[in-house]
Amino acid sequence: MWKWLHPYAKGEATYRLLGLWQPWLSGLALVFVTVGLVWGLFYAPPDYQQGDSYRIIFIHVPSAMFSMGAYTGMAIAALIALVWQIRTAEWAIAAIAPVGATLTFVALFTGAVWGKPMWGTWWEWDARLTSQLILLFLYIGVLALYYAFNDARTGAKAAAILALVGVINVPIIHFSVYWWNSLHQGATITKFEKPSMPPEMLIPLLISIAGFLFLTAALITQRLRNEILKQELHRPWAMEKLGVEANHGV
Amino acid sequence: MNKASSWQLMTTVMRRDLAVALRRRSDIINPLLFVVIVVTLFPLAVGPGPDILGRIATGVIWVAALLSSLLGSERLFRDDFLDGNLEQLVLSPAPLPLLALGKVAVHWLLSGLPLVILAPVCALLLKLPFEAWGTLMLTLLVGTPMLSAMTAVGAALTVSLGRGGALLSLLLLPLFIPLLIFAAAAVESTLVGTSAYGQVLLLAGLMLLTLMLAPLAVAAAIRVSVN
Amino acid sequence: MAFDSWQEVIWMGGYGFYVWLAFGVSILAIAILVVHGLLTRKKLAQMAVKKQQQQQRIARRKQQERHRSMVTNDSTS
Repeated sequence: MWKWLHPYAKGEATYRLLGLWQPWLSGLALVFVTVGLVWGLFYAPPDYQQGDSYRIIFIHVPSAMFSMGAYTGMAIAALIALVWQIRTAEWAIAAIAPVGATLTFVALFTGAVWGKPMWGTWWEWDARLTSQLILLFLYIGVLALYYAFNDARTGAKAAAILALVGVINVPIIHFSVYWWNSLHQGATITKFEKPSMPPEMLIPLLISIAGFLFLTAALITQRLRNEILKQELHRPWAMEKLGVEANHGV
Repeated sequence: MNKASSWQLMTTVMRRDLAVALRRRSDIINPLLFVVIVVTLFPLAVGPGPDILGRIATGVIWVAALLSSLLGSERLFRDDFLDGNLEQLVLSPAPLPLLALGKVAVHWLLSGLPLVILAPVCALLLKLPFEAWGTLMLTLLVGTPMLSAMTAVGAALTVSLGRGGALLSLLLLPLFIPLLIFAAAAVESTLVGTSAYGQVLLLAGLMLLTLMLAPLAVAAAIRVSVN
Repeated sequence: MAFDSWQEVIWMGGYGFYVWLAFGVSILAIAILVVHGLLTRKKLAQMAVKKQQQQQRIARRKQQERHRSMVTNDSTS
């Protein structure tokens, strides 16, 4: 792994590689998300219980999935940053955290809006919503710590430690919140439970999930490229990428 | 460096921390007063009826404990960072996580343990039914070491920042949620007359896990901050 | 198509407000993220231009100084 990873530890090589991926990821994201959402919104049949309100699922479930996925990705980047001292991995933390936080916000917001017609209230202390809210706090904490230091390197390492501490805690928090929820209420959560989905609903959902996967990857790629340029701005290659002829040593 | 002298170094660090802290008693007493005052405020805000107070007592005491642990967190590393002692610890031949564990233990002795002793007073003020007092103290006894260890992680991360207060609470409070849930549930189950064994054992398990892993995180954070 | 007319699409069986609110805010949030990324890149480009100008200024100053010292050397010799 080290041999494969090593060239990409250099900013320029990673920037190039990400540049190759970015158009593909963005294109796939646009196609899949559009197809998934349009299918889900206009062509999928209404649910026999929830009517058309269930269509929020086509955004809610994918964003919730990748808000958790992004946190795992961020923790892996943090581990690489701390163990192998690879700077690109440090920057990846700063690239993933805003994307993950936005996805968490989207999952939280759609969950709350879905809750209004289903539960009759904008905010229900449902296990899924509560753990999303906590995940949002965790993301904000990592971001706040990353940008709190004058020295970017120190901030990145501190944020990496926090992300690792967080990822150990996420399953515990998740479990405790579900357990707490089962203590205090039982009826409401079953409304979201879908034991089996007919294929007319499942296929657009799967397409939407794939779309959000590409979207997450594309957004992270965009931000990681920016972060690399920002940190390597003193190098001639970065200046050239930004359309400026660098003239060192004239 | 052999094992015996590592232990020696750790006890030396602990003795020194203890001596320094005992010379500035207000730092120990103020967070405790904070807890008592917060507990006093609640009956004034929601009314002194025993039904509502008894219901929220555990939550209020535990939340006050969480917040007070943040108040006293600066004491852990700030002075050592400013006068260069932290650097000496990093350079010392003893494993840094061990020294961190020593500092956490002293911090718990001066902030967690007094809280356990203070708990009956708070329970009395909030009219918590007497049969739950024991469980409340037990959850505090098992939970506060975890609190000290996690606070140490946050304090070590923000020690070089100077103004870490609000940031620290943002970092730490979400991580305290499982602790809060299980502690409150333990007292709750005593109140409804069932055994609180399961919840307390879960808390104990979490405490052991935290005490095992947190010193490693503290050590890593100190290395980042000192550098 | 699960709907007969556009009006029904907007109405969403009575849930229109919630469905469109959820979709609208979600798409807006992701759009803000994308635009913020693009703006960051633009800002970086501006910073690069500034940096380049600074470098050019320094280079020019150095050249002038070298030139001046050469002139003074000439006059003394």
